[in-house]
Amino acid sequence: MAVIAEPVVQAPRASLLSRALENRSFLGSLFMLPAILILVLFLAYPLALGFWLGLTDTSIGGTGHYVGIANFVSLAKDSVFWLSVFNTIFYTVTASVVKFAIGLYLAVLLNERLPFKSILRAIVLLPFVVPTVLSAIAFWWIYDSQFSIISWVLIKAGLIHNYIEFLGDPWNARWSVVVANIWRGVPFVAITLLAGLQTISPSLYEAANLDGATNWQRFRYITLPMLSPIIAVVMTFSVLMTFTDFQLIYTITRGGPINATHLMATLSFQRAITGGHLGEGAAISNAMIPFLVAAILLSFFGLQRTRWQQGGRD
Amino acid sequence: MTTTEDQSVGMSYLDSWPRRTLRIYLPLGLIVFFLLFPFYWMAVTTFKPDAEMYDYEKYNPFLIAHPTMEHVYKLFFETDYPQWMTNTIIVSISSTFISLFASVCAAYAIERLRYKGSRYVALGIFLAYLVPPSILFIPLAAIVFQLGLFDGNLALILTYPTFLIPFCTWLLMGYFRTIPYELEECALIDGATRLQILTKITLPLALPGLISAGIFAFTLSWNEFIYALTFISSSENKTIPVGAITELVNGDVYHWGALMAAALVGSVPVVILYSFFVEHYVSAMTGAVKE
Repeated sequence: MAVIAEPVVQAPRASLLSRALENRSFLGSLFMLPAILILVLFLAYPLALGFWLGLTDTSIGGTGHYVGIANFVSLAKDSVFWLSVFNTIFYTVTASVVKFAIGLYLAVLLNERLPFKSILRAIVLLPFVVPTVLSAIAFWWIYDSQFSIISWVLIKAGLIHNYIEFLGDPWNARWSVVVANIWRGVPFVAITLLAGLQTISPSLYEAANLDGATNWQRFRYITLPMLSPIIAVVMTFSVLMTFTDFQLIYTITRGGPINATHLMATLSFQRAITGGHLGEGAAISNAMIPFLVAAILLSFFGLQRTRWQQGGRD
Repeated sequence: MTTTEDQSVGMSYLDSWPRRTLRIYLPLGLIVFFLLFPFYWMAVTTFKPDAEMYDYEKYNPFLIAHPTMEHVYKLFFETDYPQWMTNTIIVSISSTFISLFASVCAAYAIERLRYKGSRYVALGIFLAYLVPPSILFIPLAAIVFQLGLFDGNLALILTYPTFLIPFCTWLLMGYFRTIPYELEECALIDGATRLQILTKITLPLALPGLISAGIFAFTLSWNEFIYALTFISSSENKTIPVGAITELVNGDVYHWGALMAAALVGSVPVVILYSFFVEHYVSAMTGAVKE
């Protein structure tokens, strides 16, 4: 009896399992499980928790209480916070504009017929590959007040007489970190735009040549419009990375001198982790979000629109 | 137009040499010099003895009169550097493999199983890709602490996938899309299960994408800083970037030789890996942007 009964009990179960494995929705959720689990626990939940923390007075080692918008009210009166907002915008705008200009120029140059082109492209990308903090340490040393190699060369060339205070003066420090950021960001812009350039058909340029177009006209009326969709995406990513930058500032200046180079990200780290006021730090992080969304929308749609203006109808 | 100045790829052979030099090689040379100089300076400082490093009058700062391994030796035998390197390797490899596994499954499900709502999940993953670590680290620190993961490799291994999975999934979705449906249908008719199709047909065909995603994910986790800085407190658990910046600087005395050695030695593994897989790396970087 038992020998016969066993398959009878087993058969529906096996078919249930196999039927479930044929079901797209069930199988789909099963396949999604690892990714969703990690993203919900360590990305979605912290994002929500961050909003909540910004409304509390939580500190490290203590339980927090709901304080409403008190954190934001005190930030609104905090001159250091507003300085960091100014610095972040200055840093993002100047660095992004220069990165775009040099990156596009470099991409056009690399798109020429060159010897050792692939090796050259591999070398150009190095600043992006090397850990940012480690290359930032090199910049820190290059900007040293007593042994800066830049100052030494300029003195030898007779252009200046004293060593430059790269990181001691507020505006010098701001420009110094902007240059370091440009150095790191140019390869990304150049190589991704180069990939875009390579998809433009040479026949367009040949046709323009026959029509007697100048260099500038070819660039302005062929290269730029054909490239603008990828420019929009690349610059959106570039703006996003620059706006939320933390590593360069933390390594080179730690926000100094006298908060002159603090970005919102470094200030929130200083308040939350170094100072222990998690609630206040989270409020600064939250304050980044509207700026961030605005920056993304501006760079994405702002750059997309140029495509409509340049003859395309879509 | 009397002269035909030419910038296009196809007809640049018309250019004369001096003009080409001025228009292309000179600006290219300047930009490449700007991009490479910090590495040169890093290497020169690493192998320069202290006596030369701080005396620009007697020695030319761009050259090394008496190369020394003193700083590298100090780094490996008098600091926790070997331990930081071990941590970095463990964390990078584990988080890369976890992310690849989760991303392969997710990308396959979204692209090929097309279950109900998969489009919305794809959109959600793209949005997750845009969330920067610098607004997540504070609440994440609280969560890591609650879970008892604070100050250990596991804190990093589990949090790095938050920025790796969205990226890898997005990239792999693009690769899976290029594989013809017919191949899978044939296998289905022959009685293969979904898992067999994934491991025997889709994955081998998407191998270049898998390598691209893996290489890029590995370098991203090797370079990660803000989570490692926040979640790790004791020296023996630190990664290279965090250890270099927090442990090698004591007070106002900067040991530039040791710092530059730490930067150089910490960069070399990534650069070697990159040099073997340049094409994969570039396709990962551009592929993620193109979509």
